[in-house]
Parts: sequence; C-alpha cells; structure tokens
Amino acid sequence: MTEPTDAINVLAEDIPSPGEKFYPSFKPTPELEAEAREYVAMYPEGRELSAVLPIIHMVQEKFGFICARSIPWIAEMCKSTPIHVAGVVSFYPGIRRKCPGKWHIRVCHTIACAMSGGEDLLKFICGKIGVKPEEMTEAEPMAVSADGLWSIEAVECLAHCGFGPNVMVNDTLYSRVTPEKMDEILEEYRRRD
Amino acid sequence: MSEITYKPGHEPHPRETRRIFRNIDRVGYTPSIKSFLADGGYEALKKALAMEPAAVIDEVKKSGLRGRGGAGFPTGVKWTFIPRGNTKPVYLVCNCDESEPGTFKDRFIVHQDPHQLIEGMVIACYAVQAHYAIIYMREEFPEAAKIMKKALKEAEKNGFVGKNIQGTGYDLKIILHRGAGAYICGEETGLINSIEGVRPYPRIKPPFFPAAIGLYGCPTIVNNVESLCQVRQVLLRGGEAYAAEGAQRSPGTRIIGVSGDVKKPGYYEIISGSITYGELLYELCGGPKEGRKFKAIIPGGASAKVMRCDEVLTGRNPDGSVRKMSIFDVPMDLDSIAAHGSMSGSGGVIVMDDSRSMPEMLRNLNRFFAWESCGQCTPCREGNPWMLKLSTRICEGKASPEDVDLLKSVADNICGRTVCAFGEACSWPVQAFTTKFREEFLALTKPINALKPHNPESAEARKYLTRED
Repeated sequence: MTEPTDAINVLAEDIPSPGEKFYPSFKPTPELEAEAREYVAMYPEGRELSAVLPIIHMVQEKFGFICARSIPWIAEMCKSTPIHVAGVVSFYPGIRRKCPGKWHIRVCHTIACAMSGGEDLLKFICGKIGVKPEEMTEAEPMAVSADGLWSIEAVECLAHCGFGPNVMVNDTLYSRVTPEKMDEILEEYRRRD
Repeated sequence: MSEITYKPGHEPHPRETRRIFRNIDRVGYTPSIKSFLADGGYEALKKALAMEPAAVIDEVKKSGLRGRGGAGFPTGVKWTFIPRGNTKPVYLVCNCDESEPGTFKDRFIVHQDPHQLIEGMVIACYAVQAHYAIIYMREEFPEAAKIMKKALKEAEKNGFVGKNIQGTGYDLKIILHRGAGAYICGEETGLINSIEGVRPYPRIKPPFFPAAIGLYGCPTIVNNVESLCQVRQVLLRGGEAYAAEGAQRSPGTRIIGVSGDVKKPGYYEIISGSITYGELLYELCGGPKEGRKFKAIIPGGASAKVMRCDEVLTGRNPDGSVRKMSIFDVPMDLDSIAAHGSMSGSGGVIVMDDSRSMPEMLRNLNRFFAWESCGQCTPCREGNPWMLKLSTRICEGKASPEDVDLLKSVADNICGRTVCAFGEACSWPVQAFTTKFREEFLALTKPINALKPHNPESAEARKYLTRED
C-alpha cells in the first residue's frame, strides 16, 4: 500500500486484489458514456456534478471498484475535476478503491446485531472464507480471500435491527443468521460458480 | 378491512393499528401498482389535486402531523418556511437514508409498499408546488432501489407522476438518488450536499431549514419516508380527524422498531401514546428472554439517552399531583419520554437485559459514531476516536477511575460545539451511560476485576464482562 501522506500516489495507483479476475477491467466505451449521460440528464440543467454518485455506482457495479483510471473519466462525465471525484470517492464507505471478491459479504456489527452475535459471526465467516479478521483495518476495512471468490467487510447498521444478526451478500440481505445458516448460504454461493 | 390476512408469524398484535404498515407482510400484496390501486391507492392524491395547494398545507398543519425522522418537527409548519414571493424552483427530497441504529421502519415501506410513499410525495410536492423531487435512498437498499425505480415508472404510466398529473396541468419529476453508506447523509444539509455531488458535510446554520436555502441554493423541503406516508393518511382522514387521534401533541400512528433482548423483536404500529413502554415490552414483545430481567432501554435510536429500568421517575397524575413511576409507565408518544431526559426520536427501541455489559454496549456505539463522523468539525472528528479509545480501554480493564470522568468530559465538550446534530447524537449516549451506569464503568477500572475472579468483589464486577447464555 502507498504511504497515506502521498496523496497523488493514492490516486494514481490501485491496491491489487485477487478479486480482479472476476470483474472486467475499466474501459471507457461509447455505451458506458451513453449510460453516464443518462444519469446526467436526470438532474436539472447545469447540475452535472449531481450525477457523480450515480456514475460512481455504475462504474462500481460493472467493474467492482473505482480504479485510478476511472476517476478522470468520471470527472469528465460530470464536468468536474479528478481531485474532486477522488474526494467524493474517499469520503463514502460504500465506495471501494479496491476490488472486492466475486461475492462481497457485509456483516453488520452495530449494537443490535452485535447483541445477537454479529461479532462472533464475523469471525466465523472469516474462518470459513480463509481471511484473518486482523486483515480488516480502519484504513482498509475490506479483506479479500486469496482465491478472490470472497471479500468481507464489517459494516455499520443495515437498518434491519429487530432481526439480527444481519448479513448482506452482494445485494441480498440475510437475517437472523446463525453459523449453521451462514454455512448453507456460503455453500449456496459456492454452487453458483 | 377485516379481510386482510398476514403471512403466518407476521400477524399484528391486537393492540396495534396498522395504517402505514397495513400492507406489510400481507398475503398476496406485491409492490406493484395493481396491488396498491386495488387497496384504494392514489385516492388521497386525487383528493389533494382537487384542492388548492395552500389548502393542502393547511390540512396538514391542522392535523398536527410531526416529522418521523427523529426531530419531530411539525411537517405542515416546515412547508410554510419557503420564503414568500419565492421565484426560484422548489425541491422536495424524501429522506430514505434510514441509518440510525435501532430504526428499521422505512425499509419495509420502500421494499413492500413503494407506491404509498410515491403518493405521499406527490401530495407533498403539490402542496409546496415543487416540480422536481428526489428520493434519497441509502446504498444498503439495492433491492429497494430497483423496486422503487419500477414503481416510479408504473406511476408515470398511470399518470400519477410526470407531466400533467391526472389532467390537472401539474407536472412533477421524481428521481431516485442513491447514497453510498454514510450515516451523515441522514442529516438534511449533508444529504443536500450529497445530491449536489460534493462531500456530504452538513452545512452551517442559519438558515436552520433548507426550506429557505437548500438544494442548488433553492428552497428545499426534506421529509422522512414515514412522514410523507403520514401525509397521505392526513388527506385520507382529514386534518381534524387525524389530529383527534392519539396523543394531543403528536397525533396519528407511530411505527416502533424493537430490537435487542426481548422475546419478539420487530416492528409495531401503534396509535401514538396509546400504550406505555411497559406494555410495549411485556405485552407486544412478549417480555424479557427466559430467566432475564430488563436492565436498560434506549428509547429512540442509538443517539437517544439510555434509560435505566430501575430508575425512579417523577410524573404527574391528571389532577396535577406528583407520582413516582418507572420507564415502563411512560406513554409512547413523541414528548412524554423527553420530559425524563431522553427522546423518542425515530421510534427505534433497543432493549438490554441483565446479561449485558453496559461499557461494552457503549464501546459499540462509540465505534459506530467514530466511524461515521464526517470529520468536518474538530471536536467531533477528534473526540469520537478518543471516546472509543477510552471506552475500549475501560472494557479491557486497563483504565483508571479518572478515565470514566474523562470520557464524560470529552462528550460534554463535543455536545453543542459542532455544525450539525451529530455532536449531540454521539455525546448523549456517552453522558447517559457513564452517569446512569457509573458503577459498571468504575468496577472495570479496578485492575483485579479484569483478571480471573478470585474474590467475591471481583466476581461481582466480572459479571458485567461475561455473558451466560
């Protein structure tokens, strides 16, 4: 990882991740541009900058993460500067600068989920997918398994507190997850390959 | 109405009144417009469109409806803050960034009954004459984003959104804007900055309401999902009839989300003030888990001050005489709990029983707030990680007794010294936990207690560290 003091390098270099083989690498195409323009058109005239989050989401969905090469392109689409886009990207925890695994697991560990065993579940899943819990740090909250199939992240409140512990795998939410249930969920995703 | 059947295991308790959650977990109900129209959907909108916009605002003002996002500000009054003689466009933003720990009501509305929200939004937009509205949805609801986009298309096809709504000549465009996992975007000015495409730092007040200066410098109304759904109920029932039901100062129904140590956690929609916390927890939620006793309640989302269950509160009888009571006797409306130093907020009740270590609970909340602080104001940016360090040190048995006071003093120095209400949100839990459960914090500061218990005193303190299931 680059030294955090070197802001320019943070922008220019990507953190390598084993998950990259499951996502296409970023390439600006006319289709992609057309889609970005659709997002820009959603907002009032002259407010292209508002489309920065939708475009970032689009890039992240298609390519897994916001790579350094995509930032100037996003800036161009919403008539902004790369440094501004980088500022937005670095703010949000939901926007990744590192490629996740094919299946991205988010485990809630805020109060209600923690009370129903979210913390233990997090450790349990880490063991199952071959990731050390220490790999999840404040600077890099997401850990990717060596085979690139899985990534895991402890997140704050998923707004389903009554039915914890809650886990999200990609876009799907699972509630009242016990280790046994988690085993089945992981198995189900493994079978999808 | 009695023919509604709910999915097994999801039947409402007899003391509930399902209005906003009427169609949640209902058998055969889908998020499609067909289901909604068959259930009398968009009738309130037709009623509103036949009225003058100012009359709609009056109706909502008359209803006494108060916002359900946490602050409880009267919705109709908020709408009148748009400057007189305003020539700029007016925007309406629906705050669906539900991220207060303990709150989980909006999730069900946007996943299972999206048209209810759209109808409420169109009514609100018509009242304030907005022609452009945004649903700001948190990133963690990807399924809901798909459902909502589909619902908006359906509504447009049926002439409830878009150009010339229902032939009245009123135009409205609604778009969906997704956040990216930041708690601070629930703060209305942070949310507006997020839509504008800049870092979502909350804006300096005054102006206190974005209704004066908001999105793109124009008047902007920001309302919570449940508030907008309640607007629909106001139109259906009429303002006066709505005001007549429930607590005098906070009428209507409320959705309460209960999480933590109760037998039946979940969501309950009740008439505001019709039941007490005790009735909620013992009757609706089935009481504490086997062999346990309730110890503490956070009555309104993680940032509300915690209440001890054995705390003696003073209340007033109807004749004005003073009586002793506990948290279980406090009615569930927006104001009653505020008289006892906490708040009812967004209706997220987190319950802790006697197996819980309070310093551990506080450490969890400190971590949440340290992670979510946006970093704009120094007291909050620096204070939150400091409080997390202190509470972690206490939980690990490495702290001195002075650290407990230091922890509270850090909180006292954040509170009121930040641009937005996050400063209060992060310091209230610390102030309440360290004051009300001081003995638990102090017990952990005696080094011996963090080791294996070998005398009665340390065994006593040790019980706060361990949890027997």
